[in-house]
Amino acid sequence: MSVATSRHTAATVTPRRKRRPVLPYWLLIPAIAILIVGTGYPTAWQLFNSFREYGLAQQFGKPAPWVWFDNYKELLGDSQFWAVVLRSLVFCGVTAAVTLIIGLGIALLMAAVGRTVRIILQISMLLAWAMPVVASMTVWTWLFDRRRGVINYVLDMIPGVDMYRFNWLAEPLTFFFVASVIVTWMSVPFVAFSLYAGLTQVPEEVLEATDLDGASRTQRLRLVILPIIRPVMSIVLLLQIIWDLRVFTQITILQDAGSSATEFDLLGTYIYKLGTGSQHFGTAAAASVIVLIITLIVSGGYVWRIMKEDSK
Amino acid sequence: MNRRRGRRIGLSILGVVLALIWVFPVYWMINSSFLSNRTLQRFTPTWLPFGGSMRNFKAVLADGSFFNALGMSIAVAAVTVVFAVLFAFLAAIAISRFRFRGRASFVLAVLLIQMLPAEALFIAQYKMIASVNLLNTVIGISIIYVAAVVPFTVWMLRGFVAGVPAELEEAAMVDGLSRSRAFFKITFPLLMPGLVASSIYAFLQAWNEFTVALVLLTKDESQTLPLWLRGFIQASATRETDWGQVMAASTLVAVPVIIFFMFVQGRISSGLVSGAVKG
Repeated sequence: MSVATSRHTAATVTPRRKRRPVLPYWLLIPAIAILIVGTGYPTAWQLFNSFREYGLAQQFGKPAPWVWFDNYKELLGDSQFWAVVLRSLVFCGVTAAVTLIIGLGIALLMAAVGRTVRIILQISMLLAWAMPVVASMTVWTWLFDRRRGVINYVLDMIPGVDMYRFNWLAEPLTFFFVASVIVTWMSVPFVAFSLYAGLTQVPEEVLEATDLDGASRTQRLRLVILPIIRPVMSIVLLLQIIWDLRVFTQITILQDAGSSATEFDLLGTYIYKLGTGSQHFGTAAAASVIVLIITLIVSGGYVWRIMKEDSK
Repeated sequence: MNRRRGRRIGLSILGVVLALIWVFPVYWMINSSFLSNRTLQRFTPTWLPFGGSMRNFKAVLADGSFFNALGMSIAVAAVTVVFAVLFAFLAAIAISRFRFRGRASFVLAVLLIQMLPAEALFIAQYKMIASVNLLNTVIGISIIYVAAVVPFTVWMLRGFVAGVPAELEEAAMVDGLSRSRAFFKITFPLLMPGLVASSIYAFLQAWNEFTVALVLLTKDESQTLPLWLRGFIQASATRETDWGQVMAASTLVAVPVIIFFMFVQGRISSGLVSGAVKG
């Protein structure tokens, strides 16, 4: 059918696309169908069941009664859930900020050094970036290993520092420090490459002009370079925040190596345990909806920026 | 002038130090994978893999579970790549070659869905796949993967399709080719690099994915490589970890990914930052 209509346009030659085409809708069907099945339906299920009691008994066929906001009330009245939310937000904020600062520093460095050093830096960043998450996690648990990890060995060499057999994963604070170091290591390459690409857009003449005007290095950075790369920076920061909210893999594997007590949980692992561990699907669905809302608030900014670009 | 040179040398040294820090974990994985457990047990680290052997790799491969997981990963990745790229390709043509009612909503939906975290959906996805008896199957997990990969793939391909001027096709149509023939003769070959790049992207996503796999693939025999690799760390809770073998296993999983990644890195980052290469 679509072929017939296209023959017709071919015959008239001049593309008169104003005539309300049917073809694009046909082309969109497969993508829309899979999105409805893979993400649309689960999202709707999630919303629906966050208002019902859905626990172990329902697993075995008992009907799930509507409880409206009870699941949400239960969660929001639970200090443990709040602790997890707060921990996730702090973890995300700190990690994203540190990542952006280090990434910016490395991008500026790439622009400042000679070609050889820049290529060395870029290859190293690419290798780190390419590592599959799970493989990175196994390596980092090995590096932070209590007894024979290189990190304890090297830190112990520093005079006056006693890190002999220090167990990083035993306390929440050091546990999340390790998690943050690993996530930062994984994310800095993307930030550095994107910002470096932004920096190369800064016209050479502008920089020369500021040099002639006798601007200091910090002035040049603050008043000329940063404003030019600000759009890229804000998009990169937004993406980083979104990604640092979803660190399920990293936390799960660190918990495998350390402890899976609840004070080591972030939102992802918390929901996972709620759902698959204790079968509280209703509460887990409510917690998921809360995560969804947090993500949508954060990503709203990103999507809005990109849509503005698209309509240009 | 001298001060300037000193500064430059200082920055170069800093650059090399940072490069070493970032590459060190990758190096350490490969280095440890060649060393015997006895060597790794020593208090002082062995910095270079001299006197190493392939024994760890042999030990890892001798256990059939690697090939089992490899088979599963290849199957899941292949299904994901084929369907995700096909569906995304059709959608990309629609949004970059036509103006139609609903186009903006579709683009908006694609962008929003791309942002949804697996953590917020996996409970529902688990229930859905379980209800149609597709847990632990290639089809079950591929449905979720294709849906997860399609949005960014549409976004990436959109830039490529827009990069091929429609006038080329129209010129061919003037020369008497039908629209579909003009498309396959002229535009399609020019889109090849885009299709390759997005295939690699989809492949990497499916190959590395952990969260959904953990939820949907509950049986040992249906594990993909990331789950299989995690098994080593999990086992370390109950028995002494053979780090040499864990690192050999990690190296086996990581090397193909690193090679493929080098091809698409530029596309992925520009796609994320600027809404894909604009034509």
